[in-house]
Amino acid sequence: MERTMRYVNSPVVKKDAKALVTGKPVYTDDLAPKNCLIVKVLRSPHANAMIQSIDTSAASRVQGIACVLTWEDVPKKRFTMAGQTYPEASPYDRLILDQQVRFVGDAVAIVAGETEKAVDKALKLIRVKYEVLPAVLDFRTAKDNPVLVHPEDNWHALCPVGADNTRNLCASAVSGDGDVEAVLASCPYVIERTYHTLANQQAMMETFRAYTYLDTYGRLNVVASTQVPFHARRILAHALDIPKSRVRVIKPRIGGGFGAKQTVVAEVYPAIVTMKTGLPAKMLYTRYESQIASSPRHEMEITVRAGADADGTLKALDVYSLSNTGAYGEHGPTTVGLSGHKSIPLYRTEAHRFVYDVVYTNRMSSGAYRGYGATQGIFAVESAINELAEKMGMDPVTFREKNMVREGDIMPAYYNEKSNSCALDRCLARAKEMIGWDEKYPARDMGNGKVRGVGVALAMQGSSISNVDVGSVSIKVNDDGFYTLMIGASDMGTGCDTILAQMAADCLDCDIDEIVVYGTDTDISPYDSGSYASSTTYLTGMAVVQACEKLRKNIIEKAAKYLNCDVSTLEFDGKKVYQPEGDKEITLRDIGNQIMCNNDDDLTASASHSSPISPPPFMVGMAEVEVDKETGAIELIDYVAVVDCGTVVNPNLARVQTEGGLAQGIGMALYEDITYSEKGQLYQNSLMQYKIPSRLDVGKIRVEFESSYEPTGPFGAKSIGEIVINTPSPAIAQAVYHASHVRVRELPITAEKIFFGMQK
Amino acid sequence: MRIQFILNGRKTDADIDADLTLYSLLRDKGCLSVKCGCETANCGLCTVLLDGKSVLSCSVPAGRVDGREVYTLEGLQSEAEEIGCFLAEEGGEQCGFCSPGFIVNVIALGNEIPEPTEEEIKEYMAGNLCRCSGYMSQMRALTKYFQYKKGER
Repeated sequence: MERTMRYVNSPVVKKDAKALVTGKPVYTDDLAPKNCLIVKVLRSPHANAMIQSIDTSAASRVQGIACVLTWEDVPKKRFTMAGQTYPEASPYDRLILDQQVRFVGDAVAIVAGETEKAVDKALKLIRVKYEVLPAVLDFRTAKDNPVLVHPEDNWHALCPVGADNTRNLCASAVSGDGDVEAVLASCPYVIERTYHTLANQQAMMETFRAYTYLDTYGRLNVVASTQVPFHARRILAHALDIPKSRVRVIKPRIGGGFGAKQTVVAEVYPAIVTMKTGLPAKMLYTRYESQIASSPRHEMEITVRAGADADGTLKALDVYSLSNTGAYGEHGPTTVGLSGHKSIPLYRTEAHRFVYDVVYTNRMSSGAYRGYGATQGIFAVESAINELAEKMGMDPVTFREKNMVREGDIMPAYYNEKSNSCALDRCLARAKEMIGWDEKYPARDMGNGKVRGVGVALAMQGSSISNVDVGSVSIKVNDDGFYTLMIGASDMGTGCDTILAQMAADCLDCDIDEIVVYGTDTDISPYDSGSYASSTTYLTGMAVVQACEKLRKNIIEKAAKYLNCDVSTLEFDGKKVYQPEGDKEITLRDIGNQIMCNNDDDLTASASHSSPISPPPFMVGMAEVEVDKETGAIELIDYVAVVDCGTVVNPNLARVQTEGGLAQGIGMALYEDITYSEKGQLYQNSLMQYKIPSRLDVGKIRVEFESSYEPTGPFGAKSIGEIVINTPSPAIAQAVYHASHVRVRELPITAEKIFFGMQK
Repeated sequence: MRIQFILNGRKTDADIDADLTLYSLLRDKGCLSVKCGCETANCGLCTVLLDGKSVLSCSVPAGRVDGREVYTLEGLQSEAEEIGCFLAEEGGEQCGFCSPGFIVNVIALGNEIPEPTEEEIKEYMAGNLCRCSGYMSQMRALTKYFQYKKGER
């Protein structure tokens, strides 16, 4: 089918923009009925403890309290809160409430009442006796530690991911290609370095929240700020031990997700209250709870060995990742894979090896955060490449020009996929030009006690999970010929409802206002795995293309019936079906109206799409920083990024995705620290201590696109949502090193670390 | 305690507990544009106008607005549409959850400094956090908006 691109590749304003900027009540808490019970959770003060007794009698007597639930009141079947395709790779290690609490902040009891005041009062009146147990707080000591985070008998893993709860192992594996040891032994230049990234918080502005009620048919309805409505339906059915047919999940507008809401963090609490009381209930996580008991990035310590020969050819990469999944295994077995599989393939190598362990500890569970392990792996591998190039006395850009992956390459560390579309070379050339690399590398003393340095990093990600993710839409013709596009993916502010409508409008040759979008409601929307793994544009976009092709065919067939002529004589131009070589024609408007009278088959089409491959987008990031030689203070001066996401479907939205991802990456690199007390309490438990960047902290961010064309993507598109967070940490670390000669391998890169480093 | 105040141009009253925040009062009154992002006066999402100045409603005791005038985005719809249009043209609203507080503070900025420089915009808006956009699109939007307003004068 020939497609004109009228909307694809143009900066269409988001369909929901007006409602959002005028403050319309479209988010979860805005829609919740006023009579919802307020639900709150009592949280553990201990990192590891058994509940010996729990006295809720005084709490229950507080006026206005509807229920107080403890571990004795919940189903005893373990489940995972990870929003993944069934059977989930994440182990079934959770109960809604458990007798053992496994981190400071773990749920001890659920209280629901008519007012917040009553609930707060009741929370204070619950008397809990704990048997405090020794805790595993340092993830380096977790594997085979005598203290087990999950000693229970009914812990189980559904998939063979190398998990073993008797060793505190959530997952482990070894993979590779070629003889790494032999190749490294033959290299004149070899480095071995270890890098450490922290459990950063997504810190989306809207915290976790959901409200629940029973509908006319006695079914549990859940309105939730989630990226994964269909997974949430299954998880809630598992958690509550009820049939999936009794659960409906609706996603309204969401105030940001970044992967945080790919875990069912809050939904179970109001859901069980509604099931127990029959009453509507809502749970709004406070920022404090969102910081201490949610689903942050997996802390990882990654050791990289890299070897090159005398002429600067990279020969081997050996990566070992130790990942901390915390108290529960959500996304533990899967995030770690990306730390190697989406860092090593950036380069051509003779041999590579990738080994990992994912361990349980008595810290908050980790989850999915934009980049999903690739961010951690790319910080390590790109930093190591920078250190190797330095050891060889090579410009790190030259080193990359010589060794990086190119279009047409087979990528052994990326499941032997072929790089169909790759403009990484053009991205690097353009980024170099934009920042003025040759003039600025490695550093310039500004003569005022300050030095400016530059740094570089490459990145890749995937586009959907190959052979797993499902993207689906259905589309129908209505009276007067307008369309309804039902979307199973979850727009979380990224604009997918709009870009999918752009594609549909181009496929159907119509005005974008003729496409009404609706998402997401598990009773109505077609099944879609959800918005994660950089899948929506690539996968659900392809479903749009396929559904529209089917619908065009159906429209022509319907017209043939109405016009009483042969299908092969007809064409559809978006407004009418007509005979190019005859005089019969009927408008879409007339077809839309006629199908509403005396009709045997409705005018709809739907499509599901999965992909056998996950084409990587690529990008280059370059940073220029200024370091104060006296204090170690770091200022980010300029950040340039050039992205190859295939065809850019919406240049404005893609640009803002990139700028936003870079700002989050800058936060990870420079500001967002995570520290714990000896007893396992997180210190950064508010936005006062957890410093996400403000507009004064991000310097100047400049973004350009160098597009390749991905033949398997809709209109040539690949993904963009996640890759954009991956370059700042390694690029900034190197820029700071060039300015200060202090190499920071443990994020964040603070003035304190630079100051003390410069004293050495 | 009973208080009386002007909310979005209309007289209103309320019987409140002494520890009620202005944020909670406004949401109770149906001003659902007002959002909360942090509870610690760090994010700017709950920004409203109190006697024409922007304040963080999560940190203002409701009793303090007795006899005063409060505006939320519900009462500033034409301004919101105008500023919001510039934001949306850049794709800068993204999830939109911080947009109401952001736009209210832009209105306050325009009232105080009709022709702000880029540095003045950054400084004035520094307390309005956004986790989606990376702020560049907001700056592009505001630069264009204030140019447009200048042209109007």
